[in-house]
Amino acid sequence: MNYRWNWSILLQEPYWEWLWSGVQWTLAISLASWVLALTIGLGVGIARSLPARGARLVAGIYIDVFRNIPPLVQLFLWFFVLPEIVPESIGLWLKRDLPNPEFVTAVVAIGLFAGSRVAEQVRAGIEAVGNPLLPAALATGLRPVQAFRLVVLPLGLRAIVGPLTSEFLITIKLSSLSLTIGVLELTAQSRHVENYTFQGLEAFTFATVGYLVIGLCVTALMRFIDDRIGGSALRKAAT
Amino acid sequence: MNDFDWGVIARSWSFLAEGMALSALLVLVATVGGLVLGFGLALMRLSSHRFIAAPAAAYVTVIRSLPLVLVLFWFYFLIPLAIGRPIGSLMSALIAFVLFEAAFYCEIIRAGIANVRKGQAEAGLATGLRRSQVMRHIVMPQALRAMMPLVLNQIVIVFQDTSLVYVVALHDFLTTASIVASRDGRPTEMYTLVAVVYLIICLSATKAVEFYRKGRTT
Repeated sequence: MNYRWNWSILLQEPYWEWLWSGVQWTLAISLASWVLALTIGLGVGIARSLPARGARLVAGIYIDVFRNIPPLVQLFLWFFVLPEIVPESIGLWLKRDLPNPEFVTAVVAIGLFAGSRVAEQVRAGIEAVGNPLLPAALATGLRPVQAFRLVVLPLGLRAIVGPLTSEFLITIKLSSLSLTIGVLELTAQSRHVENYTFQGLEAFTFATVGYLVIGLCVTALMRFIDDRIGGSALRKAAT
Repeated sequence: MNDFDWGVIARSWSFLAEGMALSALLVLVATVGGLVLGFGLALMRLSSHRFIAAPAAAYVTVIRSLPLVLVLFWFYFLIPLAIGRPIGSLMSALIAFVLFEAAFYCEIIRAGIANVRKGQAEAGLATGLRRSQVMRHIVMPQALRAMMPLVLNQIVIVFQDTSLVYVVALHDFLTTASIVASRDGRPTEMYTLVAVVYLIICLSATKAVEFYRKGRTT
């Protein structure tokens, strides 16, 4: 292999700036879509474990649909199809007036997909805690809604901090899909540097290390939270 | 909705079918190659020698923290450099998929083997079987049964993942549809079709796996 390594390329302008802004876009997309995913996941996951049949059905359809279409296809639906099928004025607004349309679309697409996965975790957490604890909570005289709100939900959510960490890591990886609609996140920027300098291996190494470091930080942070709120103990008790 | 032109699907049918055939090929190679390599990695990780277990563990950790898109780019650019000649996007994608999915299958297989109760292997050893025999006749059959639903689920995920070869311009189902979409100016029809086809295939596979799992536990 006669490849001429040139690591200094990573420190040169403008390549360093490109890569660094890629890191920032990756973080921005990951965090924003994670907030959306948690919101949706919480709502849909709770709906999925309610006694009301209608709520369970709607939540189940959401999960089935959003988990079974590849995330990249979902991204294309929001980006290429949605502006065409809504009334013309809204379509124009989506394409023209919405600030940063690629970023917003990526966040929505990734958030909705990740939300369906988070919803399944939330449901599993509620079931794991609720099945053994709900009768006990009811026996103390709490009304069902109170038992759910004060006992099952808080304990159920604390028990799933571990699995949610993996979901967040998946969301970070999903952020790379947004390069297909033109968001210059970390993977796109490393490709960009490759195109300009032909020093692709250095640029891809940078991106690889970038994802590893982000992932390690997330894992460490979530482990800290998990330890503080006793999530791992709850998981052990629930199984 | 009235100006939908569903004829565009009929006109591009054979092109789309070729795309689907490529998607199927990718799934097949990624699954078979990933399982074989993943099995080797799992055995390495379960080894009691640190120098055998540690590299496999490091490999799995690194691959699992990278987006598949980045791994595709790695091999798309690295392999031609390494061997000094272009090998085409199909070969590099196939290699990338096998190496990527191996890390995921490794974890499934490892968990399956680790979940077989220790007493099973001990009892086998006590009857005078050798380690390899215990593995083949006692541990593996139980592990395989336990990991089956997870493996089937992973195949569905691999099928969804294959859509990412879009980034190296390989003509899988999604990419052929997107070519037709931009050629004929019909993104709505084409992407809707793609979403529906993926949904039908993946949802029926997911439901079949659930059904299979439930049927086995009761």
